[in-house]
Amino acid sequence: MTTHDDNDTPIITSGAATLSVAGVRGPVFAAPLVEYLLRLGDDRLVLGHRLSEWCGHGPILEEDIALSNMALDLVGQANMFLGLAGEVEGAGRDADALAYFREGVQYRNALLVELPRGDFGFTIMRQFLFDAYSVLFLDALAGCGHAGVAALAAKSLKEDKYHLRHSSEWVVRLGDGTNESRTRAQRSLDGLWRYTGELFEYDVIDEAVATEGVVVDRAALFSRWDSMVREVLQRATLDIPKGVVMASGGRRGRHTEYLGHLLTVMQSVARAHPGATW
Amino acid sequence: MLTRESVYETLATVMDPEVPVISVVELGIIRDVDVADDHVTVTVTPTYSGCPAMHEIEDDIRTALLGAGAGQVTVRMTFAPAWTTDWIGAEAREKLRAYGIAPPGRAEQGGLITLTRRQIPVQCPFCGSADTRLQSEFGSTACKAIHVCNACRQPFDEFKAI
Repeated sequence: MTTHDDNDTPIITSGAATLSVAGVRGPVFAAPLVEYLLRLGDDRLVLGHRLSEWCGHGPILEEDIALSNMALDLVGQANMFLGLAGEVEGAGRDADALAYFREGVQYRNALLVELPRGDFGFTIMRQFLFDAYSVLFLDALAGCGHAGVAALAAKSLKEDKYHLRHSSEWVVRLGDGTNESRTRAQRSLDGLWRYTGELFEYDVIDEAVATEGVVVDRAALFSRWDSMVREVLQRATLDIPKGVVMASGGRRGRHTEYLGHLLTVMQSVARAHPGATW
Repeated sequence: MLTRESVYETLATVMDPEVPVISVVELGIIRDVDVADDHVTVTVTPTYSGCPAMHEIEDDIRTALLGAGAGQVTVRMTFAPAWTTDWIGAEAREKLRAYGIAPPGRAEQGGLITLTRRQIPVQCPFCGSADTRLQSEFGSTACKAIHVCNACRQPFDEFKAI
């Protein structure tokens, strides 16, 4: 349940634990493990949707197929994580209900994944930054003490390893490619870098789920990610932007305006025909 | 009267809709079978998280078992341990090859990956040459990669190791 204190800060009440998340207005917060699973599921659902936008528009046939395949994996993973979120929540919501009948402020994805797909260089650069994070994060999560979460992480990890290899190879090919491809890759990196900090934030939700066995060392995760990303970007001859102020908010439901537009498209059929099956 | 063995025999006739030469048993996705009177519970693990064929496979399993005399069929999903192509046996691998799909190599073990691809050549299922090149690690379905044989010039699918 959620209440508000004088500063309009939601108080999360889960069993005996009472938590407050500073600076957040309005939207309902769920139990910590549900929040955590929504973050995992929403990252994959939103990014999967962004990749699916390339279906039929890929620069070459193989890429069209690759991006659509990756979209399918990510939406499949979202289905698993949101399904578990619904089970843990215990309010009768399944993965479809969570995907199609929540508003933007109830989405918990990182801002990085909701940005418009841009050109192919932007899509690949975003994918690489996310894949590197995802593979390392899932690798850690697969060894955590919560059996249900660990199982989904181990499953997703196998798929994301293929994604990471694909996106990292493209980053090198584009960065160390023609003047045009390098310019676009660098521009994408410059635009995306400020959205990477959010991936490594540690907050009250992480703290709370630790009591249920879900523990990932964010500092260690960041250091592994940082060295992996630097290695690839160096091979790609790209420069990492310096002195960037990191954006934040997605984990608490504060999104860019792009998410609303994405959800309008993604949810339109389900909302026009609630409960329809085919 | 259905038994565990007879259920497995029936399941051995349920083919993968995308690769119709190997059964769901050979694919390694049947993790457990339980028979209680005429109620059969089949525990299945998905190949890829987003594989669209899983729903069809579930329906096919149900239809086959109802046809074999089951009164009620429950298909349960399990995610652990995660599916691996290492569960596909030698006989099924030969069936894949005969069908024109290179069978999977050994799956990478836990831990992280090399960011550059492994260089182990994939043998052409048509002419047997090892002089082949990888075109893309993503193919016509989630489980396949695309290769081209330099010897016989034939493009072919590989059931990719996972």
